[in-house]
Amino acid sequence: MKERKGLIIGSVIMIAIFVLMFIKGEPSKSIMVWIAAILTLSIYSFLYKDNVFYKFAEHLFVGVSVGYSVSVVWQNAFIRRVFDPLFITRTYIVNDKFSLYLFLGIVIPTLLGLLMLSIFTKKQAWLIRIPIAFVVGSYAGMGIAPSFQANIFEQTRSTLYVTLSISASIMIVGVISTLVYFFFSKEHKGLLGKTANLGIWFIMIAFGASFGYTVMARISLLIGRMQFLLHDWLGVIK
Amino acid sequence: MTSDLVLGKITTDNMKMIFVKDRAFTAIFLIFLFLVPSFIFSQAGIEVVVDLEILAPTEINAFDTPNDAGENITVTWETPEDPSGIIVGYEIFKSENKETGFTMVSFVGKGTGEFKNRTQDKVVYYYKVRAKTEDCKFSPFSEISEGVVSRPQLFHTGRINVLVAVVVFLCLLMFFVSTARKGKSLFIRRIAGLDALDEAVGRATEMGKPILYVPGLSSMSDVATIASINILGPVAKKVAEYESMVLVPCADPIVMTVAHQVVKESFLEAGRPDAFNEDMVFFLTDSQFGFVAAVDGIMVREKPATNLFLGMFWAESLILAETGNMTGAIQIAGTDAVSQLPFFVTACDYTIIGEELYAASAYLSKIPVLVGSLKAQDIGKAFLIIVIFAMFILSIVNTGFFLAIATRNTFLSRIIEFFQGLFNV
Repeated sequence: MKERKGLIIGSVIMIAIFVLMFIKGEPSKSIMVWIAAILTLSIYSFLYKDNVFYKFAEHLFVGVSVGYSVSVVWQNAFIRRVFDPLFITRTYIVNDKFSLYLFLGIVIPTLLGLLMLSIFTKKQAWLIRIPIAFVVGSYAGMGIAPSFQANIFEQTRSTLYVTLSISASIMIVGVISTLVYFFFSKEHKGLLGKTANLGIWFIMIAFGASFGYTVMARISLLIGRMQFLLHDWLGVIK
Repeated sequence: MTSDLVLGKITTDNMKMIFVKDRAFTAIFLIFLFLVPSFIFSQAGIEVVVDLEILAPTEINAFDTPNDAGENITVTWETPEDPSGIIVGYEIFKSENKETGFTMVSFVGKGTGEFKNRTQDKVVYYYKVRAKTEDCKFSPFSEISEGVVSRPQLFHTGRINVLVAVVVFLCLLMFFVSTARKGKSLFIRRIAGLDALDEAVGRATEMGKPILYVPGLSSMSDVATIASINILGPVAKKVAEYESMVLVPCADPIVMTVAHQVVKESFLEAGRPDAFNEDMVFFLTDSQFGFVAAVDGIMVREKPATNLFLGMFWAESLILAETGNMTGAIQIAGTDAVSQLPFFVTACDYTIIGEELYAASAYLSKIPVLVGSLKAQDIGKAFLIIVIFAMFILSIVNTGFFLAIATRNTFLSRIIEFFQGLFNV
């Protein structure tokens, strides 16, 4: 019953839009605009329920984006960084001399990348651990210094500009109580618990402000899409 | 003939005469029209009008830019006095030869006495600078700088504080890890969102439906993704123990590979390698909203009993959480993306906020290294709380002195300056 009601409402809205388009609007003559509009409506149809239009748009979206990514990776990673330097430009030959350092700089990352494909074999699948260990280890290692710099020193630095004003005092109380909330070594009881509770209040107030701000941005996105449908596609609004 | 011309009677002879005369006239005219002015203009172009009233920039100094990855030289100079304010900027010239071959590399606006030039490492460069006025006149050139070579630096001297912090942190880490390994129990407070994981996995098992685990949309370089993968291990182990099923859609191929290995090993650890299905961990797309569309489709079609969104998320967070909420799944989300946490708080049953995500892996696995790391982090936080609080109190006291005796307390000021120096304030 509920589904039928939704279907009827959706159909009425669609018919109203088309009637409006033919009476008052100037529909777009661009096929690309029509495709974009139909796909937009197909995605929006998910608001009603999962349906064949949404499934089509979803599969198209995923397929196109994967195809695009594959072509970008092929061109920008394999051709530009492996094939060209190895066989076309031969960047490892400098002043007619073979540079082992530059050659290994191309070959070792390529081999590590190829080891990723070992997952498709049964006996050599363990080899995949080598590139994974390299990637996770190097990223984690490289992240240590920037994390200290950005998350600890920079933020402490900003907080340490202590000026005696009400807003600065509130900020410092907020920072300290929030830090206390993220203290895991002690049970949040007594004074520690009260301070942590205050910290949660600060966190929630910040989240509320952030939520409102982001919702405003999302509504502007919705307005943009409506503008596209009613102006670019149907020509109902000028 | 004249009369003929005047009368307009042009005969063949007349015409020849006119052409001869015209050609000579045209030739002379062309000379005057093109050659002479071009000579004048070309001379004007070559000869630089030097305004002797403007002094040359002085004390030019070129040096390898410190704390960089090479290929950069910094040039500094003292700007000349300009009481009438006619200088508009400075032209910087560079050469690989001290005597000749200088070419202009850049122009910087007035009041600037420094310029960073992109160079090639291991090549000696010389620089000179001159001022330029509003009416395109130039000061004499400065002296030529000493030859300078750019090279990369292995250590950033401005990051000594980071080095000290890392060393201190590592010492604390080793201490707590060794303590944990000796069997001493290290307390970690209860984290509500993580306590709910057992309940969530159990619920999915009872309902006979899968668990959806989304490890975020970022790559392995993101700390949140690494934390998420650490949590995936214990979760997958529980799933294997309960003989349930987990779906792990990934937006990054490397994350997918890592997640695949982690889930596989967890099933192995739980003694259920046969229950592991290769299709549990799969790649969808790296397109942000393409991924969301696909995960939404999975949530609606597969109807997982539990959705876990742990990792790095952007604008897709609300779309994922809203759809999951709509399907009636129990949802636990966790991220360190501050702007996305409000959406998870709104639409999910439990939210793991920021650093709780990093603590989660230690909390769930109780591995000594991870627990030790958490303890070391807590010590660091306690230190920061003390420093900030102390600074605040000292500032109040110092300002109190200032108000009372009209002078700042030197001792307190020095303490404040010390901590400000420590954090490069």
